[in-house]
Amino acid sequence: MENLEQIRDRLLARFPGAEVTLINNPGPSAQHSLLLGLAQAREIALFLRDDPALRLDYCSNATGIDWPAKEFTDVVRTPVKDAAGATLRILEEKTKRVTPGFLEVVYHLYSMEKKHGPVVIRLRTGNRTDQVTVPSLTPVWRSCDFQEREIFDLYGVNFEGHHDLRRILMWDGFKDHPMRKDYVAPDDYEWEPTPHGAVLEKAKAHYPAPPPATVP
Amino acid sequence: MTDPEIASPSAFPEPSVLATHSAATVRPVHDEFHGDLLEVSMGPQHPSTHGVFRMVVTLDGEVIVKLKPVFGYLHRNHEKLGENTTYLGSMPYTDRLDYLCSMTNNWAYALAVEKLAGQPVPERAEYVRVILAEMTRLVNHMCLVGFLFNDLGTSFTPLLYAFREREKFIDLFESLSGSRMMCNFQRFGGCRANPSPEWLGAVSKLVDGFPKFLDEYEQLLTGNEILLARTQGVGCLSPELAVQAGITGPMLRASGVGYDIRKADGYGIYPRFDFRVPIGAHGDTYDRYMMRILEMRESVKILQQALRDIPAGPVMDPKSRLRNFRPKPGEAYGRIEGPKGEIGFYLISDGSPNPLRYRVRAPSFVNLTVIEDMCLGRTVADSVVILGSVDIVLGEVDR
Amino acid sequence: MTPEAPITDNEREELRRQGIMLTSLQEIYNWGRSNSVWPLQFGLACCAIEMIATATARFDIARFGAEVFRPSPRQADLMIVSGTVTKKMAPQVIRLWNQMPEPKYCIAMGACAISGGPFKQGYNVLKGIDRFIPVDIYIPGCPPRPEALLNGLIELQKKIRGEKLTGPNAARHLRPDGPGERLVPEFGEHDLNPPHDPEVWQAPSLPRKT
Repeated sequence: MENLEQIRDRLLARFPGAEVTLINNPGPSAQHSLLLGLAQAREIALFLRDDPALRLDYCSNATGIDWPAKEFTDVVRTPVKDAAGATLRILEEKTKRVTPGFLEVVYHLYSMEKKHGPVVIRLRTGNRTDQVTVPSLTPVWRSCDFQEREIFDLYGVNFEGHHDLRRILMWDGFKDHPMRKDYVAPDDYEWEPTPHGAVLEKAKAHYPAPPPATVP
Repeated sequence: MTDPEIASPSAFPEPSVLATHSAATVRPVHDEFHGDLLEVSMGPQHPSTHGVFRMVVTLDGEVIVKLKPVFGYLHRNHEKLGENTTYLGSMPYTDRLDYLCSMTNNWAYALAVEKLAGQPVPERAEYVRVILAEMTRLVNHMCLVGFLFNDLGTSFTPLLYAFREREKFIDLFESLSGSRMMCNFQRFGGCRANPSPEWLGAVSKLVDGFPKFLDEYEQLLTGNEILLARTQGVGCLSPELAVQAGITGPMLRASGVGYDIRKADGYGIYPRFDFRVPIGAHGDTYDRYMMRILEMRESVKILQQALRDIPAGPVMDPKSRLRNFRPKPGEAYGRIEGPKGEIGFYLISDGSPNPLRYRVRAPSFVNLTVIEDMCLGRTVADSVVILGSVDIVLGEVDR
Repeated sequence: MTPEAPITDNEREELRRQGIMLTSLQEIYNWGRSNSVWPLQFGLACCAIEMIATATARFDIARFGAEVFRPSPRQADLMIVSGTVTKKMAPQVIRLWNQMPEPKYCIAMGACAISGGPFKQGYNVLKGIDRFIPVDIYIPGCPPRPEALLNGLIELQKKIRGEKLTGPNAARHLRPDGPGERLVPEFGEHDLNPPHDPEVWQAPSLPRKT
């Protein structure tokens, strides 16, 4: 199978103006991925499926990922020097930068005919609140049907063109998207003998320590 | 349409809305093409749905005109828990995904983490994994055939045979791992315990006697007139639809598509073994049944080769770390051919002890995509058999 | 007012040797009930497989008269809650419990049915079926071995044999005020509504020495 760079170049030649970005995976698995622009994602997916050299006819896995907004602090250190050139002190300038959060949908594609893969493609939403619509790839690969419904249920990604977009794992009246990182589960804590980690916080909230005995 | 009660749309809300809210199990629906239909809710407590699966079936007389599966009754938040615990902490949870095949689930997860961290596995551990995975496949297929016959109405007899034999296997699992069902045996970079020669001898003895059991089982079941009448030509799945819908495992191969991840990916040491991948011709329920029987025979062949060739040595890579395990940032998707199909784990690491994303690609969940296509035009009794032949385990479907 | 044990065991044994069986209505009623407990054929999760294993030849629950797994709650005496009860499933489980006729018993099989078990921190997991249904026997384990389930059944039989027919301590199904039906929760926007039945379950108080 050709590598991802060749696939990207072919895609860019075939679909002028499409956004196709190669995303490198720094880990040892070296499963790199292609980030597709939302506008032409479905055409590209169709092309990947039907191209005689690739024939990625089997979408194995479709899943969502939540990337919440991340705050970074950049520190710039500038030494303040006197006339002789000796360092007096170091000025630290801190700037805060926030990378916006977004939701991501990842598809792992294989070819049953050519027996190769995986080719990983990604779609990203604009943000995590109101621009959460991506084109559904269920018309291209039917195996995405339930998996996209699951992403809609648990992450709140809206799939445009999905024939039956309903909640699948939680009940219909449920309002939250529990797989998001900022989801807070309903508090039904009960006493545990050895709380630790996140449970310890809940334990403290439910069973506050008694005030220290006042010494007369 | 004279009765305003029935004609008004508000009297009958969309079936999908009612499907999850209504306590009613049977209710009339009106369809402009078919006239008066009956909607029957099968499950979540139903003896034939293999757990807490639910199908909302719309019937025209006795014929199914619509079937909507309803999931989530065993949604145990596996993925959320996996993101809140360490990499090793998720290993016992994988046992409880497909609770008939904990060994293959362990392996799939270990494989994904090993890909993520670039962790090698010693030779002996690879053999132990193959032995355990193929034993699991035997157990799963045996039980599936038993459950399938339960759905056909045999009331337990084939299942008793299957469980009699299963006990022998899970006794061996227990003596190796300490638990009958939840083995929690694979680790990143090997296995938890080194099997003794006596244990391997016991497996060898069991495996050598297995074809005899299989002959007995097949003699009892395969030529059975009721089986032939109830399964041949029932629930046909075309190869095109099977590929399009991402069906994997014996169900895909019954439709005539020769795709086995053991051959396609060649993970572990499977390329060393000589085995064939059985392929069906019709894609009906009978072929799906036969796939299981034939695969068991091939698994016996793999097991005999693996038990013959297994080398001595450690089963754990000495450089592997289990505690304080922090893989480098990156992501990996690892998959194996489980007894039910492709079981895969997708992991994203951000360098912390917990995975940022922990995703289970469950074969039974995706295999259910085509349940409606296979059941349309059949009777309710057939839908039970078709569902039985798909081989679902709800722990994995809902996760 | 029924006299407790109006006849001693020795006297009864003496009579038995003479060919006279003497028993009380309470005893023979409970003896009969305890040896023909019909469980509901109702599997939730992993523990259901061990429940099936208990019913098969090696462990053979039929030795204790409980092999008749009934698919219909109307015919069942015992509900073995075998596995994780999710919030989506909880109303159905309670509805099944309500459909079972009295006298009925509940075994919470496995860690999940007792407290949520390994999945306790999950957002969709009910932290123990005893939040809605009165449980008679708890069987720990994940999953409990078939022997443990048999032990639980034997304990339940002991409990049934000890039940009174009359008086203020009579069994629940013989008291006119004995509640047979339990509250079925509704699906809320974030959680079940109510999250637990206050008549059955209260959050444990602070277990700390003062």
